[in-house]
Amino acid sequence: MKIPLSWINDFVETSDLDIHELRRRLDMAGLEVESIIPIGHPGAEIVWEPDKVLTAEVVAVRPHPNADRLVLAEVDYGGEVPETVVTGAPSLQQYKGRDDLHLKVAFAWNGAVLYDGHTEGWVKKRLKPTKIRGVPSRAMVCSEKELGLAEEQEDIIYLPDETPVGVPLVEVLGDYVLDFDIKGPFGHLQSVFGIAREVAAILDRPLRREVLEAASRLDLRPTGEPPFVHLEIADPDLCPRYTATMIRNVRIAPSPLWMQQRLRRAGMRPINNIVDITNYVMLELGEPLHAFDYARLRPLPGEDRPAIIVRRAREGEQMATLDGELRTFDGEMLLITDGGGPIAVAGVMGGLESEVEAETRDILLEAANFDFLNIRRTAQKLKLQTESSARFGKRVDPELAWVAAARAAELMAQLAGGEVEPQVGDLYPRRPEKVVLAYPPALADRILGVAIAPDEQARILTALEFGVERDSEPWQVAVPSFRQDVRRPVDLVEEVGRIWGYDRFPRTLIAEALPPLRRNRALEGEERLRDILVGLGLDEVISYSLIDPADETERLGAAGRLPDYPGEAVRLRNPLAPERSQMRRTLLPGMARTARSNLRYLERIAIFEVGHIHYRVAPPRPEEGFTGVEEPRRLAVLLTGPREGRWWQPTDREPLDYFDLKGIAEALLQRLGLLGRERWTRGDHPAFHPGRCATVGVEGKPLGTLGELHPLVREAFDLPDRPVAVMEWDVEALLEAAELVPPAERLHFVSPYPPIHEDLALVVDEDVPAIEVQRAILKGGYPLVTRALLFDIYRGPQVGEGKKSLAFALTYQSPSKALNEKDAAKLRKRIIKQVKKATGAIVRTW
Amino acid sequence: MRFDELERRYEEAQAALARAETPEALESWRTAWMGRKGAITALTRQIRDLPKEERPAFGQRINEVKAALEAAYEARAAEVKAEALAQELAEGAVDITLPGRPLNVGHLHLTTQTLREIYAIFERMGFEVYEAPEVELGYYNFDLLNIPPYHPARDMWDTFWVDDDLLLRTHTSPGQIRVMRERYPEPIRVILPGKVYRYEQITARSEHQFYQVEGLAVGRHITMSDLIGTLTEFTRMFYGEHRRTRVRGSYFPFTEPSIEIDTDCILCGGKGCPVCKYTGWLEIAGAGMVHPVVLQNGGYDPDEWSGFAFGLGVERPAMMKYGVKDIRLFYGNDLRFLRQF
Repeated sequence: MKIPLSWINDFVETSDLDIHELRRRLDMAGLEVESIIPIGHPGAEIVWEPDKVLTAEVVAVRPHPNADRLVLAEVDYGGEVPETVVTGAPSLQQYKGRDDLHLKVAFAWNGAVLYDGHTEGWVKKRLKPTKIRGVPSRAMVCSEKELGLAEEQEDIIYLPDETPVGVPLVEVLGDYVLDFDIKGPFGHLQSVFGIAREVAAILDRPLRREVLEAASRLDLRPTGEPPFVHLEIADPDLCPRYTATMIRNVRIAPSPLWMQQRLRRAGMRPINNIVDITNYVMLELGEPLHAFDYARLRPLPGEDRPAIIVRRAREGEQMATLDGELRTFDGEMLLITDGGGPIAVAGVMGGLESEVEAETRDILLEAANFDFLNIRRTAQKLKLQTESSARFGKRVDPELAWVAAARAAELMAQLAGGEVEPQVGDLYPRRPEKVVLAYPPALADRILGVAIAPDEQARILTALEFGVERDSEPWQVAVPSFRQDVRRPVDLVEEVGRIWGYDRFPRTLIAEALPPLRRNRALEGEERLRDILVGLGLDEVISYSLIDPADETERLGAAGRLPDYPGEAVRLRNPLAPERSQMRRTLLPGMARTARSNLRYLERIAIFEVGHIHYRVAPPRPEEGFTGVEEPRRLAVLLTGPREGRWWQPTDREPLDYFDLKGIAEALLQRLGLLGRERWTRGDHPAFHPGRCATVGVEGKPLGTLGELHPLVREAFDLPDRPVAVMEWDVEALLEAAELVPPAERLHFVSPYPPIHEDLALVVDEDVPAIEVQRAILKGGYPLVTRALLFDIYRGPQVGEGKKSLAFALTYQSPSKALNEKDAAKLRKRIIKQVKKATGAIVRTW
Repeated sequence: MRFDELERRYEEAQAALARAETPEALESWRTAWMGRKGAITALTRQIRDLPKEERPAFGQRINEVKAALEAAYEARAAEVKAEALAQELAEGAVDITLPGRPLNVGHLHLTTQTLREIYAIFERMGFEVYEAPEVELGYYNFDLLNIPPYHPARDMWDTFWVDDDLLLRTHTSPGQIRVMRERYPEPIRVILPGKVYRYEQITARSEHQFYQVEGLAVGRHITMSDLIGTLTEFTRMFYGEHRRTRVRGSYFPFTEPSIEIDTDCILCGGKGCPVCKYTGWLEIAGAGMVHPVVLQNGGYDPDEWSGFAFGLGVERPAMMKYGVKDIRLFYGNDLRFLRQF
């Protein structure tokens, strides 16, 4: 919302204050100024330098000796003698030959930088002494465009007759436009006067209120039965008040310069005096107004005066709005209708048919009040946001309708020659109740933590037009009708606090005892996982939770079968795009996509993510706070690219694969005290390479899957043709398992006695898993075999078809003595017996 | 004649020793001359064949020769070792500017690092981390926070809806209700971090997914001054000792009174620059005293309890700190970016 400071100054004096200080005070009180746009002042596009751009008076006009379209203007700019200026201003032609003139203009000396009025667009130019068609000219009289005030160059600008001569123009016409960002549904802050009221309270200065008193100046009287219109509110639930003011015999013309300037500075386009006045009063007081061309309003059958009926639309009823669009309404939208049908969408936009035009003579001025929720819904449904709907949608004071109608009628009389009918139609079926709050002034201290003197509190509330009755405690505080946001004593505390100034508050810490202390083990566990994985050389990523549903179906299912998901997907009703329309049920697509995008720049990707997945398991039950959505955490790791980067010595450039990832998984389990407690079984996740996919469980709970992506899935995610190892595990299961293992059980005794190392190669059938051979060794040699490390796998003629040789490095160690050769031989015998029994293994060498 | 042979052998041994240039050659010299079957030892055995009167002189001489050769051997061995060492060192020199073997070092995401900093600061002030759902009930995200349906305040958040009841939380504030309902009648001091979602086009300055950290304190005597003090402390610890803060009035439906807190612009120090839109200030939190309706909805009687709440951004402070211009870098996961933190 843009408001020129000069307009605020109509109601409260601020011109002695530095603009930045004023802004600071406004910001502090919660009236956020997003930006300040200077006009003529330093910082503006066109700065009106005080010694070069002045007010002046054209005292005489003479013809130009060599050009018909130019004239020579004698301009008194406050210097010793008037300056002769060559100008093409069309409006000066009529004064040729006169020397009794008093035309106030804007005058610029050479050296001033202004916009070029004769060039399209905004081109700056510095005035230089010159000769125009043979006549020297050292200065100029300025147009609005040259001063940066308007886009069109038509004529020079004329200042009001009372303007003094020879003063810097910036003092007369300069301004600052404050662009406010007012948060919240505050109808009372949607106007110049509303802001001025706040400024007066903040600065503790008087507020000039004459603008509100036009009704008594015009001696207007409300009536339910005005002679000039049949007035009726059929749906008072949506229309608390409707006023209709009659202004006859207006002359449609452009509005005066000052009004046009203020409208422009507030961001609106001047149209004609009547429309401009309705807009002007809306900006000034915050009440949207609508002017109907009285002659076009139709009576009801059998009546002679026109009718205005406020009613809900009939389903499917249509009307063309002012913007030329044909609109269709539903039964909840409120219309203004006349005897013949709809003439306006209440509070949103007028109809094309009853618009004020050049030949309009009589005006029926609507100033009404509508249900703010209904206006919001209508504007949203019609996708029609207007200045009017924006204001009504933030709650406008119904009392304001009367005040604003009178103010507009008065301006129509002054500026358009209208005659105001003293009887004003006023239907007011829903007058707001007076609200009086019981306010203990100590509440401010309790909530704010700072003692603000009762006198100061009363001053602030009074300045904001609350009626403060201090005879007893609690105080009785009457809430003005325009403060529909204030309904509780604490709302008054906010008024007191923000005007008194938060910058004056002490800065304290909570004095009370701490609440019962709790640890958040879920978060601690999650952060621990992150630390472990980073320690293993992985980069953490955080992906979008919103994904393309096809990632979970087409792409992860590219090998022909869909993965199992734990529940129904959470899908958006209003997604930004199909690619972001569903909450993820797996981290895999995010990992694949992150790998894909990074492979454009990097050859080796080693990443992990710990984050939530989301799926529906039951319908929501709002009253119980139950969403019906599960949001467990998952951990995913992805590896792809060469094992090592290039270096100046040979490095391992083989692709990262299943076993690299398994190494990471084992290290993770080791750090969590779970290594050796997990079970690896062949997995059948459809997104994985069927021969390189493991399902992992620990302590009887499934953890998830680890393997290489299926080549077709890889292709579906546009990943290059080489192994992509991924795992996705259940964080909750992993952390629970880690919690379950008692710390003492994780610890292995470290023996001080010397170990014996020996190697053992065993030949087994090809389909015997290595892990079973290892288990048999450990079992056979329990508890003295402390390690059985597989270090070689051999297949070939020496072991025979369908066989493989597994070589283990064994360590024998006793916690209580040094083992000797005899002990070792005994152990070996037991081990060989056990492996033979369990796996059919034959010893190849030892 | 025996003496002549001894002296000849002595000279020969010395010459042979001078020719030994490696530890191996030294060792064979030692065996050949000084060992049990060595030439000098053989001469010693000949002492028996000498006339009795010559034996002492010969014996003395042979001991002198042996001692001299031992000494010469030690000296030569030291020389050879020194030469070998010198050669080893000479051969072992490398270009010390060659790069070291690269390790694959992992990195925490910038968001995680920022969140941890925030957790650590609030933990010191007694705030516990509490997590609440991301897919949330509209009833919790809006209604219970004093934002009824069609209320104009709903315009403050562009919402992703799932159905009539469910949405993606637009802020971490619904967690306030959840923690209050769970903890009543204990006093509360929690922060609620997590992802929030807004229906916003993804640009350099706006994301549809970002993180927030909500704070909530409920107690018997909690005041606005406590809120301002707590956020001032946070700002000082998070942004640095000398940061200035200011407090402005603001509006949020679930706090009354509502404020926003700013810190002087990190980039321009308060002089005004494009980042702070020439105000010299950067907003760091929206906050306020918990609205009585919200306290009530959480189960706390507003006549007996009061509380404050605040909402902090997570990406924006990190962006300011590092001068990151594009928020998309966070969840676009460009590793070239993330590996720098």
